[in-house]
Amino acid sequence: MTLATPDEKPCDAVNVHSLSKTFGSGDALVSALNDVSVSIKHNEFFTLLGPSGCGKTTLLRLIAGFDYASAGSIFLHGKDVAHLPPFRRPINTVFQNYALFPHMTVAQNIGFGLRMLGWTKADIDQRVGEMLRLVRMENLRARSTNQISGGQQQRVALARALAPRPKVLLLDEPLSALDYKLRKDMQVELKRMQAETGITFIFVTHDQEEALTMSDRIAVMNGGRILQVGSPREIYSAPASRFVAGFIGESNFLPCEVTGRNHKETQVRLADSSKTILAHASEIETGTKATLAIRPEDAFVAYKQGEGVFSALVEDVVFFGAGVHLRVKLGSGARFLIQTQDSSLRCPPQPADVIQVSFKTESARLLVN
Amino acid sequence: MASGRASFSVTKQPLFAFVAAICIFALYLPIATYVAFAFNSSGTGSQWESFTIKWFVKAWQNSEIQQAALLSAEIAAVAATLATAMATLAAIATTRTSPYRGQTFTYAIINQPLIVPEIVTAVALLIFFARIKVWTDYTGLAYLIAAHTAFCIPFAYLPIRARLEGMDLTLETAAADLYANGWRTFRYVTLPLLWPGIIAGYMLAFVISLDDVVITEFVKSSGQDTLPTFMLGQIRRSITPELNAAATGFFALSVFAVTVFYVINRKRSQQQ
Amino acid sequence: MAPDLSVARLRQKRELRVRWLLTAPALATIIIASVGPLLIVLLFSFMMKGEFGDVKYWQFSFDGWISLFFERDPIDDRFGFAAANFQIIWRSVKLSMLTTVITLSLGFPTAYVIATRTEKSRELWLLLITIPFWTNLLIRTFAVQEVIRNEGLINRTLRSLGVIDQPLQMLFTDGAVLAGLAYVYFPLMVLPIYASLERLDRRLLEAGYDLYAKRVQVLWYIVLPLAKPGIIAGSILVFIPSIGAYVTPRVLGGGKNMMLGNLIEQQFGQARDWPFGSALSIALLIVVTFSMLVYVRYASQSSRGSNG
Repeated sequence: MTLATPDEKPCDAVNVHSLSKTFGSGDALVSALNDVSVSIKHNEFFTLLGPSGCGKTTLLRLIAGFDYASAGSIFLHGKDVAHLPPFRRPINTVFQNYALFPHMTVAQNIGFGLRMLGWTKADIDQRVGEMLRLVRMENLRARSTNQISGGQQQRVALARALAPRPKVLLLDEPLSALDYKLRKDMQVELKRMQAETGITFIFVTHDQEEALTMSDRIAVMNGGRILQVGSPREIYSAPASRFVAGFIGESNFLPCEVTGRNHKETQVRLADSSKTILAHASEIETGTKATLAIRPEDAFVAYKQGEGVFSALVEDVVFFGAGVHLRVKLGSGARFLIQTQDSSLRCPPQPADVIQVSFKTESARLLVN
Repeated sequence: MASGRASFSVTKQPLFAFVAAICIFALYLPIATYVAFAFNSSGTGSQWESFTIKWFVKAWQNSEIQQAALLSAEIAAVAATLATAMATLAAIATTRTSPYRGQTFTYAIINQPLIVPEIVTAVALLIFFARIKVWTDYTGLAYLIAAHTAFCIPFAYLPIRARLEGMDLTLETAAADLYANGWRTFRYVTLPLLWPGIIAGYMLAFVISLDDVVITEFVKSSGQDTLPTFMLGQIRRSITPELNAAATGFFALSVFAVTVFYVINRKRSQQQ
Repeated sequence: MAPDLSVARLRQKRELRVRWLLTAPALATIIIASVGPLLIVLLFSFMMKGEFGDVKYWQFSFDGWISLFFERDPIDDRFGFAAANFQIIWRSVKLSMLTTVITLSLGFPTAYVIATRTEKSRELWLLLITIPFWTNLLIRTFAVQEVIRNEGLINRTLRSLGVIDQPLQMLFTDGAVLAGLAYVYFPLMVLPIYASLERLDRRLLEAGYDLYAKRVQVLWYIVLPLAKPGIIAGSILVFIPSIGAYVTPRVLGGGKNMMLGNLIEQQFGQARDWPFGSALSIALLIVVTFSMLVYVRYASQSSRGSNG
């Protein structure tokens, strides 16, 4: 089998149309994916992000071919692959537990796919050498896979999946078993490798920080659906739903009501303080109840007269090195988090102090309930 | 455009299911044939005539078969009891401890009956007991019981040891903390928890003893036929339907024992 | 310090004594009724044979061992190669190896299929495999006889179907013994292979398919190497009893197709050559022990390799 050219005009790397997947039957019917559609471009580092059980791994497995969809279609470089078994799809997977063959050496593992594809021994040896250099493990060529560390195993799994030059590489939470420092290093490595090889990476993780750091685009998933697709900046600063706003980074949520709007901005009245502020333009009708999402780093302690939007009772002050977290309680009883620098606080607030809180209205996001 | 199956079966291999089905069929075919003929009114199976249990009745009434069955049961009961008791003590002494001098030796001896081919043991016992018979003129059941006990011990030992190893050591420590001495700890904590393993060992030993052909054949004196040796003797003549029926009864007993075993295991693992 | 140490050592000594006390009954029984007699057999193999069986006590000779390979021609008193013995020994080795191969080829797929069922049905299938295993050896051998004899199931079916006119002579051939051995020891091959396969990580198979291996390649490159411990264990468990088989060749082979076990029995029966029978027994024991050592050496080597 050759990793052939697509038989249609150039298009997306992976195209998923109305994909659904249900498990079980009768009373025990579980819907893992519900009408999911997404287009992943060539040479893209694309991340599926969501909490456990959101369907991201299911989607990955459907693309890889280990499970078949209940409904919908999957196109790879324009070719319909939904009915093909995994060994006929030019896609390779880096498994969460690495799944290295324990009875083969590092070199044999890396060369396995090439062997199955019928490469000559000389070609295999050369390619394995290339891969070992790529992941910087040339001196471990003949080692048995249980004699290397977790981080090294992870790199072997990566090399093994990249060796056959797949069109798309799937990575199923490959960094979750590594310790913090190693994880950070590997994030940089993976990004570099994707850029170097030009292969489309589809990366699955539940760690939003990881997703933000590495991805060209992110698809946020929950409950078997894709809630939003966009670049890290878009997802972060313009979350489309309450879930996305809460899952990516931290958000404070203030209930409010739309009291007026035009093409430039929307006027909302905060339920907590009856103050009116001007938020970004939106499609929400006047009179509707909505939610204002504010990132902690966009909130601050107001010292100037009239600048504060509402007053709050300081509950906790936590210094975390790069800044200070102020946990405050609003009049309504709701909690609010402010992230600020030590230097911007005139006299550091103490628990039981009452302070005035304000935030950058241009950064606040208006979300439908 | 979905495919018919739910997922790609990673474990399916071509033809394997077919071979497996044939094997299981072939495994039971001879036994089924045998059992069928025991119910066949025309005697051993040339033609199927009609269903009857008369052979079982005849077998039940056959005095030779009765005697043999009784002797089998007697020997099995005694040998299994002795073997299980000894194996329990040995298991307690050899399990859940850091290696001590002579432990390997003990294992080797206890497992020895499993390693040596039966014919060799049978011949060895023949020679040994023949000598003793000459010296003491004793030709009773003790030889058979001794021989059976010996090879039953490893079979009783294995499940008891397995159960012991799975037991939580801290329970006995707790008992000691609460003023129980060695014997009381054993009686009130260890033994009750160990009991299923002991039962399993007993059943295993019993079945092994019932089934034994080779060693019994060589060790027995004349007139001491167990059911298997009786059947072995009968093959010189043709197989009578009573023999068939007796053998089928035997088979039913084994099935019963194994199934009970399985159900008990099932229940236990479900409880856990 | 010094007093404490001696208390600890005293306790240790006492504990050790208790351990030996507890194991003593089991050890004594087995040594008296299993291990000890083997030494007597060894002794007997070096003695001269008596006129009516038994041995001439304390008269030593190598006759027993010599008879393994050579026989004395009664007429001209010359030593000739014991062809008959050799044929029997060769038959035993041949049949037990064939039995191992046959049970392996059939047992591996069976174990594989059982290991890949759902948890619940797996236990049921194991039960099905285990039931014949716990059935009396004699009954199982009889059952095979019932199927292959001239008036047995196979011949009757073939005749009634018109395929053959005369019954096929299957009983009392080497093939019959082979079939009997394979039938009887089949479960012993399946169970260890099942144990190995049950632990197989399915994700390794997924990885294989992900890397373009087809089904047969996954079997050859991934499943089989990882099932090797089970395969070796099963092979030993089948080879050892089948080379020492007695009942099966006796029932299914008649008097003609003797195996080692029958030859040994003959020496203590009609042939009245106890030293020769003893030598044969010890030889069999050596072959079996050697196979076991090979297995143990292999098992410890491979576990050392895979656990690093």
